Amino acid sequence: MSSPKPKPKLRAVHYLNQFFAGQGGEEQGGLEPLWLEGAAGPGRLLESVAPGLEIVGTLVAGDNYMAEDLESAVSRALQVVTQHVDESAIDLFIAGPAFNAGRYGIACAALCQALGNRYGWPAVTAMYPENPAVDGYRREVVMVRTTSDVMGMREAVAGVAAILDKLVAGENLLPARDGIIPRGLRQNYFAAASGAERAIEMLLCKLRGEAFANEYPMPSFDRVPPAPPIADASRATVALITSGGIVPSGNPDRIESASASGWGQYSIEGLEALNATTHRSVHGGYDPTYANEDPNRVLPLDMARVLEQEGRIGRLFPRYFATVGNGTSVEQARRFGTEIAALLVNEGVQAVIFTST
Amino acid sequence: MVKELERAGLPTAHICSIITISKTVGANRIVPSVAIPHPLGDPGKTLTEERAIRRRLLEQALSALETEISDQTVFDGP
Repeated sequence: MSSPKPKPKLRAVHYLNQFFAGQGGEEQGGLEPLWLEGAAGPGRLLESVAPGLEIVGTLVAGDNYMAEDLESAVSRALQVVTQHVDESAIDLFIAGPAFNAGRYGIACAALCQALGNRYGWPAVTAMYPENPAVDGYRREVVMVRTTSDVMGMREAVAGVAAILDKLVAGENLLPARDGIIPRGLRQNYFAAASGAERAIEMLLCKLRGEAFANEYPMPSFDRVPPAPPIADASRATVALITSGGIVPSGNPDRIESASASGWGQYSIEGLEALNATTHRSVHGGYDPTYANEDPNRVLPLDMARVLEQEGRIGRLFPRYFATVGNGTSVEQARRFGTEIAALLVNEGVQAVIFTST
Repeated sequence: MVKELERAGLPTAHICSIITISKTVGANRIVPSVAIPHPLGDPGKTLTEERAIRRRLLEQALSALETEISDQTVFDGP
């Protein structure tokens, strides 16, 4: 008696950024798309967790390369994929996991969308629900929910492995059951009780102070209406803020290079410009070489002073504010913003120039 | 952060490299910058050219602060 023929393996293309593909650190952020045969980094882990999967090749590109001009970067990446694989020989596309990395998350999601549209490959990525890519792409791209950082790699990879068969078979994926980020899709099903009965039951639970699950959570669109403009900047006090981690040398407030827990305010009174001795970047999410050479490239004090002297800016507020926007949670960032806003309003500042890396 | 500043009534120009992120987090006045590791400069250029880039981005930010808008707006005009 012959043994049953083994199921053929699912053949995938995997996308990784330069870090996870072992191609270098932040200094390789501009790396153009390249192709590695077989699996790399997290791809190897994924293959070991999902024995039915073969990663045919790994597409790699730098975080900055992908994020800075997304549209042309994606089309270049597609060319690289096309050069190396035959579209009909591939069953699916996998990207990441990206955790809470913003540039990487956007690259993963955009590539899933582009390769899915181009070749009809089912695609999946994985990231933290607060990753900035989630809002823009979750409707079209399947995203497995992960922790905010790489400590959750094993769980993230297991989560991807668990849905591969369903994804390729085109089965429905449910957020609660399959660990994916809700896509805002409506799923019909037969309920045991009518809507009226369920609503009454929910109301009774609420009255009794018991827990109940809302069947239709309201989406939260937190948009702020634009603040009214200033009439004339030449008569206004303007403050400079950066999330690019520019601090006085020595980092007096010990602002963390990632997941910052606070912000600092630093005097620029009498200072015409920042320089490589007085200030530096403590941001851990980009290559700080250029910012350390000339910190005005991130916090533009030199030219802001020129515009002040020419009268285009009424007055620069005598302190600037800095934090590190690198994996910083939305909750923390909201708090920093609220605290700095209260201080500025209190000091009579009328407008803000905010620079990010 | 940018959103909380605008919520407090302070018009805020966000000079940033990744417009997608700025839009997602809800910035209202967005000014696209040069590149992630050097948003307001370009190490491939001379100091004079860099300062001109910096000046142009700041001028764009100032006009964004002086412009009445009703929705998220990217200021990348001349």
